[in-house]
Amino acid sequence: MSSYKTQIRQLRKQDTDQLLSVITRFSVHFALIFFSLCCLVPLLLIVSASFTDETTLTRQGYSLIPSEFSARAYELIFRNPNAILRAYAVSIFTTVVGTIVSLTVMSLLAYALSRPEFALRKPLSFFVFFTMLFNGGIVPYYILMTQYLRVQDTIFALLLPYMVVVYYVLILRTYFAALPPELIDAARVDGAGEWRIFFSIALPLAKPALATIGLFMALNYWNDWTTALYFIRDSDLYPLQYLLYIIQSNAQAMQIQSAVGNIAAGEIPTQTARMAMAVLATGPAAVFFLFFQRYLVRGVTVGAFK
Amino acid sequence: MSISTGQETINPISTSTRKPPTWWATVRGHRFQRNATWFLMALPALLWLLIFKYLTLFGVWIGFTEYRVRRGVFGSEFVGLENFQFLFATEAAWRATRNTVLLNLMFIFFGAVFSLFVAWLLFEVYTSNLTRYYQTLLLLPRFVSWVVVSYFVYALLATENGLINITLKNLGLQGLSWYSSPEYWPFILLIISLWSSVGFGSLIYLSGMLAIDTQLYEAAQIDGANRWQQFRSITFPMILPLVVINVLLSMAYIMSADFGLFFQVTRNQPLLYATTDVLDTYIYRSLTVTQNVSMAAAAQFYQSIVGFLLVIFFNWVVRSIERDDEPLSLF
Repeated sequence: MSSYKTQIRQLRKQDTDQLLSVITRFSVHFALIFFSLCCLVPLLLIVSASFTDETTLTRQGYSLIPSEFSARAYELIFRNPNAILRAYAVSIFTTVVGTIVSLTVMSLLAYALSRPEFALRKPLSFFVFFTMLFNGGIVPYYILMTQYLRVQDTIFALLLPYMVVVYYVLILRTYFAALPPELIDAARVDGAGEWRIFFSIALPLAKPALATIGLFMALNYWNDWTTALYFIRDSDLYPLQYLLYIIQSNAQAMQIQSAVGNIAAGEIPTQTARMAMAVLATGPAAVFFLFFQRYLVRGVTVGAFK
Repeated sequence: MSISTGQETINPISTSTRKPPTWWATVRGHRFQRNATWFLMALPALLWLLIFKYLTLFGVWIGFTEYRVRRGVFGSEFVGLENFQFLFATEAAWRATRNTVLLNLMFIFFGAVFSLFVAWLLFEVYTSNLTRYYQTLLLLPRFVSWVVVSYFVYALLATENGLINITLKNLGLQGLSWYSSPEYWPFILLIISLWSSVGFGSLIYLSGMLAIDTQLYEAAQIDGANRWQQFRSITFPMILPLVVINVLLSMAYIMSADFGLFFQVTRNQPLLYATTDVLDTYIYRSLTVTQNVSMAAAAQFYQSIVGFLLVIFFNWVVRSIERDDEPLSLF
């Protein structure tokens, strides 16, 4: 009799356990949906604002769904698209060239440092690594760039800053060091020189690592506006993100001036147009990067990135 | 028969088909030639590091001089510690230090807690088809520049027509003038910092959780442990070392703030400096706005040297607690 009761009790417990687990799963999904939406919604706010009618936006304020739909902001931009097209060209050029050159330079260094027979491996590794510990910072760098190298207002100012990221070099070095030595020995027996080994064996085998680091480098270059803030005054060389910043800060300045009464309010670049610019500057790149995000996820899951 | 056409082969059989070795190969042998090639490979990056990382080290000297552009770094007059005396006599330097350290501490602590929490959520439902979509959305902030972040923060916080003030008004409350109320900004910056970092951070912890031996969970399930018990006695203790080490390594960089967050998101609004001015924005202003290069360099040197000591210290801490088979410290 009592054993029957315990059985019933156990069965009930199982039922509650199952119910609990369903509730847990449901709340876990609920929480994850909440966090995912938190990541997405702020960006949708920009998109929504860009499609809102200007006066509605001023009167009724920002909202997640345009209360009065209008594509006029985009019309305004496309009527005079020179600035944004130029900025696009600058950003694409620096991203593509910067990423390719920096990947090449970094993997060459990483490969050399990964060779156990390299006589200078230890001292050079220290030379590379030390830069991670002590950083001179922006001031000496600013003076070097403007007073000595004199690259301000040239495309080099945008390309040079991220050429070598030591942390990525260390990751690549670990990757190259793990290549099977028999493979390299075999290539050497077949008469391949070091350059040949690097380009036709080491690089192809390191593709996953190169893809991940390449994506991070591309992001660095694409989202960079600080370099332009310090070194670019020529509006022909504005990269996209910096152009966005300039538009925003000009609007801010004009608002102050128009409040004082110097400028008619109509001359201020409209809020919706600014939001539309942000959409045009981010949208295509976001789609591009999301397409390659598996490399990013892989980079994380390999545990290579902190 | 012919095995090789390459130039640097070490295979003696193919000597007949090889081109004559270059002069240094004859002098020093293949080993030297190979080393020379490797050095040549490393050279471009080494030169870059020499110019951009080592030459700039001499730049710390500027902090001890009265810098004049015309006279250059080493021609300017040496003034000893005068710049530092001026720097620390100003309230702004202390304020920037306080803001940098306290805000960073807050970002690190809450960043770790939230990343860990989201990672655990993902881990609980990892087999679900939805997880892929969660991951994609959580990574989205990583693709967005600070400029764009400042755009949506403005759409939320604008005084006249920002979403938050509109909502407050609809609820019958008074809207706030966010861009002139510094007291709210530590909180706003924390939320924005979490927004941009938690998704990516959680994926790191998630990968750590996925590496835990599944046998442990099977054993726990047989013993009748529920999900919460499994988290408390398996997942959490297993992931804790990774969290601790990540936190410690971020503490090492507590003196440097994320310039984009503090410059763009606050719109560099002077009314907010009381709680948002950090060392990086302070140095930026000294360098380009007030153009007091010596002062900027003094602040920079102060930031760099304290940062250096912190890196050394926290790395030493990490080294003393890490497991030997899993080195996580920098050196």
